[in-house]
Amino acid sequence: MFDFGPFFDNIDQILEGFWATVRLAAVAAVLSMLFGTILVSFRVSPVPVLRTFGTVYVNVLRNTPLTLVLLMCSLGLNDELALKFSESNSTYYWWAVLGLSGYTAAFVCEALRAGVNTVPLGQAEAARSIGLTFGQSLRMIILPQAFRAVLAPLGSVLIGMIKNTTVAAAAGYAEAATKMKDLLDLPSFTSGALPLFIGVAAGFMILTLPTGFFFGWLHKRMAVAR
Amino acid sequence: MTDSEGEPEPATGGGPQDAIPGAGPLVVVEHVDKHFGELHVLKDINLTVNRGEVVVVIGPSGGGKSTLCRSINRLEPIDGGTILVDGRELPKEGKELARLRADVGMVFQSFNLFAHKTILENVTLGPIKVRKQGRAESEKHALELLDRVGIADQAQKYPVQLSGGQQQRAAIARSLAMKPKVMLFDEPTSALDPEMVNEVLDVMTGLARDGMTMIVVTHEMGFARRAAQKVVFMADGQIVEENTPDEFFTNARTDRAKDFLSKILTH
Ligand SMILES: Nc1ncnc2c1ncn2[C@@H]1O[C@H](COP(=O)(O)OP(=O)(O)OP(=O)(O)O)[C@@H](O)[C@H]1O
Ligand SMILES: [Mg+2]
Repeated sequence: MFDFGPFFDNIDQILEGFWATVRLAAVAAVLSMLFGTILVSFRVSPVPVLRTFGTVYVNVLRNTPLTLVLLMCSLGLNDELALKFSESNSTYYWWAVLGLSGYTAAFVCEALRAGVNTVPLGQAEAARSIGLTFGQSLRMIILPQAFRAVLAPLGSVLIGMIKNTTVAAAAGYAEAATKMKDLLDLPSFTSGALPLFIGVAAGFMILTLPTGFFFGWLHKRMAVAR
Repeated sequence: MTDSEGEPEPATGGGPQDAIPGAGPLVVVEHVDKHFGELHVLKDINLTVNRGEVVVVIGPSGGGKSTLCRSINRLEPIDGGTILVDGRELPKEGKELARLRADVGMVFQSFNLFAHKTILENVTLGPIKVRKQGRAESEKHALELLDRVGIADQAQKYPVQLSGGQQQRAAIARSLAMKPKVMLFDEPTSALDPEMVNEVLDVMTGLARDGMTMIVVTHEMGFARRAAQKVVFMADGQIVEENTPDEFFTNARTDRAKDFLSKILTH
């Protein structure tokens, strides 16, 4: 039962799957941080329209299952409305990136908003009183401290995002978990499912554990002393 | 209107926005009203601060002293009346407000230094980002200012590494770096341990001597007598009495002020 033979026999397929996972996760990490930062700027902005947009966006995305978000992207927007990134299959990759980033951004935004709340209001007033605009004080005073305050929670959000890549199959994008399922479905695959699961799970940990440690370390290093 | 042969200029013609900077009183507060919901916090406030004048604002808690300070640089919007700084009303919002607001320096009770930046960075941020000065020039000026407030040796430290008195002096330097026309101080020494109060008051007295226009909310009578030309007593959102420091502390005109003074003088 614990024969890792089939796992290593198919290691090429599995590595290919993980490479797809990494390509998705890396781009989604950058984009979700970017979108999340923009969203939190909206949520704390003095402009009511932006605040409302931020609030609605976060609450809708945070409360919709990711599978639905991704199906909406692939079947709804790409196939039904023909909003395609390209004519090739890569359009599904980009929809997976966008869906996952848009979804994760809602969580990044909320983590950052908790960070914004750790910055004393007086600092924002001091920033305004020396003539910084709202945007400048957000960029130079508030957000840098907010980020540092929530690095550890942001690490958790990213870990969640990496695991959520397995849902990207819903967007028609084949990553590690899809490959695994494909292998299991092969008629030739008769035994060794458990080792396969364990191997793929270990693969995910190779991605997520360092992410967690890195952000935890960063959190300690960058903490703003008060 | 250079071609209006000999005709006297109508004094009110162009409105306050056209007033010549550099002439007339520096801060003019006229008929200012402010509410927080139901609460009437500023009631028809009128106050004129001349160039180089130091005005001490004193009064019981909740009287509206902080709100008045914060209204002058529009950290709080007002409901009615006008506030002119150097002949100009601060714009309602936007970039223009941000730029003009830097003409009004503000020092807070809780220092409010930027915790993630060094003391030097705290002082140079405004000049670099708002006044668009070069870094080298800004740092040179910042170090001069830090020297003036007596903490040049702390320039590379972070706010948390400084004592309260040193932090407040850094905050004063940060405001001065913007070369403000007027400085507002809202209870600058009341968060300090007693032994640090004087080092901050000394810096402020020095500023006053050098001709800085200042509006200072404080209960430090020594400072008021030494540095101020005028004491304004505020209670319940109104200016109850305006007087010279000596007259006010020895011979207050209003019962409200006498009552207040008897309370702060007994301890
Ligand atoms: N942001 C706010 N929202 C609602 N009410 C406020 C706000 N700021 C101040 N107030 C109220 O307005 C009144 C005046 O407050 P203000 O802080 O100006 O008084 P103060 O004279 O500075 O008092 P203190 O000596 O305690 O600092 C108080 O009753 C206060 O509770
Ligand atoms: Mg106050």
